[in-house]
Amino acid sequence: MQIIIVGCGKVGSTIAEQLSAEGHDITIVDTDEAVVKALAARLDIMGVTGNGATHTILEEAGIEDSDLLIAVTESDELNLLCCMVGKKAGAEHTIARVRNPEYSQDIGFMKKELGLAMTINPEYAASTEMARLLRFPSAIEIDTFGRGRVELLEYKISEGNILVGKSLIDVGRNIKSDVLICAVEREDEVIIPNGSFVLQSGDIVSIVASTENAKDFFKKVGCNSSGVRDTMIVGGGTIAYYLAKQLLPLGIKVKIIEKSYERCEELSAMLPNAVIIHGDAADKDVLLEEGIEKCSSFVSLTGIDEENAFLSLYAKSVSNAKIVTKINRIAFDDIIEKFDLGSMIYPKHITAEYIVRYVRGLQNSVGSNNVEALYRIIHGKVEALEFYIKEDSGMTGATLEALPIREGVLVAGIIRDGKVMIPNGKSTLQRNDSVIIITRITGMQNLEDILK
Amino acid sequence: MNYSIILYIVGKVMMLESACFLIPAVTSLIYGEHEGMAYLIVGAVSAIIGYLISSKKKFENVFFAREGFVMVALSWIVLSVVGAIPFVLTGEIPNMVDALFETVSGFTTTGASILEDVESLSHTSLIWRSFTHWVGGMGVIVLLLAILPMAGGYNMHLMKAESPGPVVGKLVPRLRDTAKILYLIYLAMTVIEFVILLFVKMPVFDALCITFGTAGTGGFGIKADSLGSYSYAIQVVVTVFMILFGVNFNAYFLLLGKHKKDAFKIEEVRWYFGIIFAAIIIITINIRGYFENILTALNHAAFQVGSIITTTGYSTTDFDLWPQLSRNVIIFLMMCGACAGSTGGGIKVSRIIVMLKSVFQEIGYYIHPRGVKTIKMDGKVLEKPVLTSIRVFMLTYIMIYVISMFLLSLNNFDFETNFTAVAATFNNIGPGLAKVGPMANFNIYSYFSKLVLTFDMLAGRLELYPMLLLFSPGVWRIGKDK
Repeated sequence: MQIIIVGCGKVGSTIAEQLSAEGHDITIVDTDEAVVKALAARLDIMGVTGNGATHTILEEAGIEDSDLLIAVTESDELNLLCCMVGKKAGAEHTIARVRNPEYSQDIGFMKKELGLAMTINPEYAASTEMARLLRFPSAIEIDTFGRGRVELLEYKISEGNILVGKSLIDVGRNIKSDVLICAVEREDEVIIPNGSFVLQSGDIVSIVASTENAKDFFKKVGCNSSGVRDTMIVGGGTIAYYLAKQLLPLGIKVKIIEKSYERCEELSAMLPNAVIIHGDAADKDVLLEEGIEKCSSFVSLTGIDEENAFLSLYAKSVSNAKIVTKINRIAFDDIIEKFDLGSMIYPKHITAEYIVRYVRGLQNSVGSNNVEALYRIIHGKVEALEFYIKEDSGMTGATLEALPIREGVLVAGIIRDGKVMIPNGKSTLQRNDSVIIITRITGMQNLEDILK
Repeated sequence: MNYSIILYIVGKVMMLESACFLIPAVTSLIYGEHEGMAYLIVGAVSAIIGYLISSKKKFENVFFAREGFVMVALSWIVLSVVGAIPFVLTGEIPNMVDALFETVSGFTTTGASILEDVESLSHTSLIWRSFTHWVGGMGVIVLLLAILPMAGGYNMHLMKAESPGPVVGKLVPRLRDTAKILYLIYLAMTVIEFVILLFVKMPVFDALCITFGTAGTGGFGIKADSLGSYSYAIQVVVTVFMILFGVNFNAYFLLLGKHKKDAFKIEEVRWYFGIIFAAIIIITINIRGYFENILTALNHAAFQVGSIITTTGYSTTDFDLWPQLSRNVIIFLMMCGACAGSTGGGIKVSRIIVMLKSVFQEIGYYIHPRGVKTIKMDGKVLEKPVLTSIRVFMLTYIMIYVISMFLLSLNNFDFETNFTAVAATFNNIGPGLAKVGPMANFNIYSYFSKLVLTFDMLAGRLELYPMLLLFSPGVWRIGKDK
């Protein structure tokens, strides 16, 4: 694919490197000539110097024939403008990095009105990863697809579990949890189950569900789902805000320790249910006063990697908490990993990873006009396809129960106005929805292919 | 200090008042009473004086909060003095201090009376008494702002000085339009109540007087037993409207606009209805034995709760005879008052909410000594200056309260009488308990005490500071050397 990347910071260059290695033709655009030259010399890519939001420069970079434009400069507004210009000038798909929290509730609107294929918010992505780590105990594995929006939770059914010997209809009836069992791994085989499928011990079920429902489900099947009860976050930056925003609705108590008093006030205004502490976490007394020994998880999110590392080491030494450490620089990762810092999160890495995953999804769908993206999940044995419903047809308006859907095909998610819904039999499809299908049948071209 | 603008506004207020005198004058014609002459004479004199002092062409248009406060305080005093003169002239209230008490009680929508026998008054004076409630409810300066074309953004200082509540905002970009909208909502609700009262067969004159009193949350009745002798239907209608006039008028503005749902989300309004609901339940259960059935008890409880929390002060029964629990609930409601931005008085529900939140914030600081917690109202953070001003307001309130009680104690009455007399006037309610209960009046007090209570009524209506500023020497010294 022809890909233009505007902005050659850490994320831009990481993406360029990875995508180039995967065989795509990359053109990078940046205002800093030295950076462009250095990167173009190191990788087998083309470089253009100039402002990527101007039509002239984009044309020089070959926008008409490009398949994808990725705008990852420092400025949100520049990225959005760049994508708008790029879209009008002929780019097939556009991706913008938008990190300002004030824009975050407008993402749905922007995608729809500005024709953005994807926006990526590095801080939000990092906080989502952290929330995943804190939400579920280690017995559950997590896989994502659909641009990171749909989560697949894998859970092994052990001997004596109440699910053993139950059919999926019984599961729905007895457990009354709004979750969708979308795939079952049995020995080496992966099955897309229907209602009469009976579960056995040793099966690994993959479920799609919203977080609350998933928690409820795991509780009912007796898997100790209580991830963490509370969390202590050090450093009240944007990631801390997003993380708190995701954890609070799940009933996890959040305590944020922040150095700047002004920032404390802002956080307190934005997060009325969190406890905000004004203090320097490098001061041991502050941590002890706020009960670090008793907390069940500890997240270090200050702006300095060394401080994060030391804080996490200290937390590890005085408590049994689950530790998450944010590391910005990737240079010394081999040394850092020798320490016991719990789970490590590299925000820039995650951003690049999300974009690269999306490009892979896009790549898989090339050749078909209707498949928006294709992901291979559950060890590559199942395909998750994303279709976009452009116009009304026989499939829109009817409930899923009423549609004659083929065996081995499952509607796993409906994305409407940027929100993911887990469908049930009563759900309907509408125009402008994106539909996520999980199937083992390969070669689907149209949404109509899921019908008998 | 900008004296020219102060004179200008005071002059306009006098002219406006003389226009208001037309209402008793017309009433006098209808009933063939001779009291109307007094009103006409005072009206004419006041119009001429007002014209003379406000007709000076050259006046400085720039003024600030201090002038705004002083103008409002002065206007209210002039308004009350002029409004009191006809009572003296007609001989119905021969003493000027008594007449002043009665008029201030009217304009500040208090409804406390010194009259031994209300029913002996002429129709002319009865309607004037009630009409002062209507004018004072939404504010005479706000009315002036609505009809007077005044340029400049400084008028906001006037609006802020007269409107009740910790934060006074505009509804629409232009202040004059804001004032007009407020008065239109006020007028519309007044008309609706009047029509409904006629519909439930209330005599026209009574309906008009009672509607004025309800709208301004005043409380002057025209019968000795206030509203006790009217039918249940009338009492229920008045209950509902009293409570409605105690709601923040912003809510009605939202109801008229596009974002109707937001009106139900205003935190203060929700608390207001919550308090009313709780108070009615408690009192109904507490007094059920005093009446023949629970519905009657409910009716009386609801009427008194609505009357006291909105600081109206009508009564259908002598709640001074109720059990102590109910009397205490009544005293709490007296202090609490209605919503900010309504026609009611008192401390205001929004201030109570903020004070409660402050208490919880303080408790929180003992648990997390380094914790940071902001206080929010309607999802918005309250800035420090607003919080400080609310706390200082409370302190000032308590100080004036204590000093007033101290001065009243010269009369050697019991504590309950003095305490509730100050509560009833300072919060612009009307009746208190014990010797100043709903079936009694304030004539028992000495002239000196009546003046103290008059000051309390004005200070309470104008939210303390305008009256205090008027008597601070510093404010008059500014710019004197010019």
